[in-house]
Amino acid sequence: MATPTVAIPATHRIVPDSLPQVLKLTRYQLREYLRSRRFLALLGIVVTIGVILSAVVGHFRGVLVSDNLSFYGNFWGSGVYLVIVLSAVFFGGDAIAGEFQNKTGYFLMGLPIRRSTVYVAKFIAAFLASTAMVLLFLVILVGNGAFYFGGGLFPWQLALSLVLAIAYLAAVLGATFLFSSLFKTSAYGFVLTAILFLFGFSILESLVSGLIKIEPWMVISYAQSTIGGVFFSTTNWGFHGTISAGVFGNTMYTAGIGEGIVIMVAYFLVTALLGLFLFEREEFS
Amino acid sequence: MASGSIRIAGLTKRFGSFVALDHLNLTLEGSKCVGFLGPNGAGKTTALKLLTDMIFPTEGECEINGISVQKERKRALADAGVLIESPEIYPSMTPNEALEMVADLRGVPASERKDRIQAVLAEVKMADWGNQKVGRFSKGMKQRINIAAALVHDPQVVILDEPSTGLDPRGMAEVRTIVRDLKKSDRLIFMSSHILSEVTEICDEVALIDHGKLLFYDTLNNVTARVSEGHGSVDVVFARPLPPEVASGQIRTLTGVTGILALSPDRLRIGFDGGRAIQEKLLESLVGMHLGVVSLTESESALEEVYLSRISRGD
Repeated sequence: MATPTVAIPATHRIVPDSLPQVLKLTRYQLREYLRSRRFLALLGIVVTIGVILSAVVGHFRGVLVSDNLSFYGNFWGSGVYLVIVLSAVFFGGDAIAGEFQNKTGYFLMGLPIRRSTVYVAKFIAAFLASTAMVLLFLVILVGNGAFYFGGGLFPWQLALSLVLAIAYLAAVLGATFLFSSLFKTSAYGFVLTAILFLFGFSILESLVSGLIKIEPWMVISYAQSTIGGVFFSTTNWGFHGTISAGVFGNTMYTAGIGEGIVIMVAYFLVTALLGLFLFEREEFS
Repeated sequence: MASGSIRIAGLTKRFGSFVALDHLNLTLEGSKCVGFLGPNGAGKTTALKLLTDMIFPTEGECEINGISVQKERKRALADAGVLIESPEIYPSMTPNEALEMVADLRGVPASERKDRIQAVLAEVKMADWGNQKVGRFSKGMKQRINIAAALVHDPQVVILDEPSTGLDPRGMAEVRTIVRDLKKSDRLIFMSSHILSEVTEICDEVALIDHGKLLFYDTLNNVTARVSEGHGSVDVVFARPLPPEVASGQIRTLTGVTGILALSPDRLRIGFDGGRAIQEKLLESLVGMHLGVVSLTESESALEEVYLSRISRGD
């Protein structure tokens, strides 16, 4: 067998700096996500959610389509959380754990590349793939909005709500990457993220506000309510929650928009950095 | 291309109370293939993972081309090709895409990348499969792509962890041919294996490790010369599986026996000192023990004899 005829002079091989490596690896990871079955599956789920909501809105249009703010508040507010959590689970649940479980990490970690580069590139790729799902849901929403209210009547709150949704996505993905870094088995990351973000944090928020009777600023679901809240006239723009009486006389808190953004950014920073810290110390044993 | 170097200094790895690697010292330099030999669990993979920063040492450090792996992973691995534990490539990638990613991240110039990828795919006999999805490949094909990925940047140092393990006989033979061909280039190849014939066939030097400790490091020629007349080993096949205590007890205490290696439940390799006279007595004793001996043949590899005596002795 012939040896390779194309030798590369050592001076021609200069390992790129970390930032270009992040961008390169992000590109390859994103392509993997976009070609994966899970991307197609999630695409189907998001379209299904959009179709179901469109049908519900169409059926109850007298109540839900009274004005465009309440329409966007109800439609967007009802669906985008689910889209975000499912996207984070699908794209982030095994992002780190899968590298250990599927042994793909052994392929990457033999390269002259920092662990932080791998982590950041995978995060950005998962974030972009998830953002694509959020935008798809937005297109379905805008399509409905155009149908009921005409093409030129998109409220400015929609743009702010989209920014909040993207911030929430970053926070959820940060937590997902943390869980994924905690375990070497992908299923644990999937299950923990789904349980916490679909039920766990909401229950915790109710317990903190209802039983302990303090503002649940430390729970991410508290900040999540701002995404739909920006559409309503009672919107609190401040940095402290407002108090009201709940259905059973419990104390209820509603996060201010500023407060929500701070909570989301804090969750993103703390969880993403903690996940990176764990991944830096994880052994491929 | 100047040949590379590997230096392992006082490398120790503990997993809880278990010492997987115990102050390993080893320096390899020049263009050659060094076999890293030892039984399963000896610490070979642990050492190679430490050498490539996949796990972290309890003590000590290692260098590739004079650069500390622990302090400067990125620089140290820049001129090394690594294959540890048969990694999986993202299944939706084709070999061309996977190698493109590796070459891109390693800084192979875009103008040279395509030619280089074609060259390494040809080298591992996968040129016709460049555009097929890796997820459909057999284990042997994936391993060949992994070897190609380790070579795509034309490294000075190649680190291979049991590259033929888990492959069928044909796959093993193909991988050995590939590694043997790598020696034609000016490279330092450090390859772990527990297969003696593989090391004998491919390597110029051998480092023997057991229980995390280096037992010896020498050229294969010196190892062969070290086996003086009168030392030998025989492969004995029994009609039925042999209880382990019989091998470690009764047979181990027979006159002249220096070591025993269980090749399978019904097959032992027995090392001995004392030439033909002892070999004759050994056969008589084994038959006399009524263990169901069905054949006894001489095993001829000098490396096997050294391996057998050093591993069994627990040096």
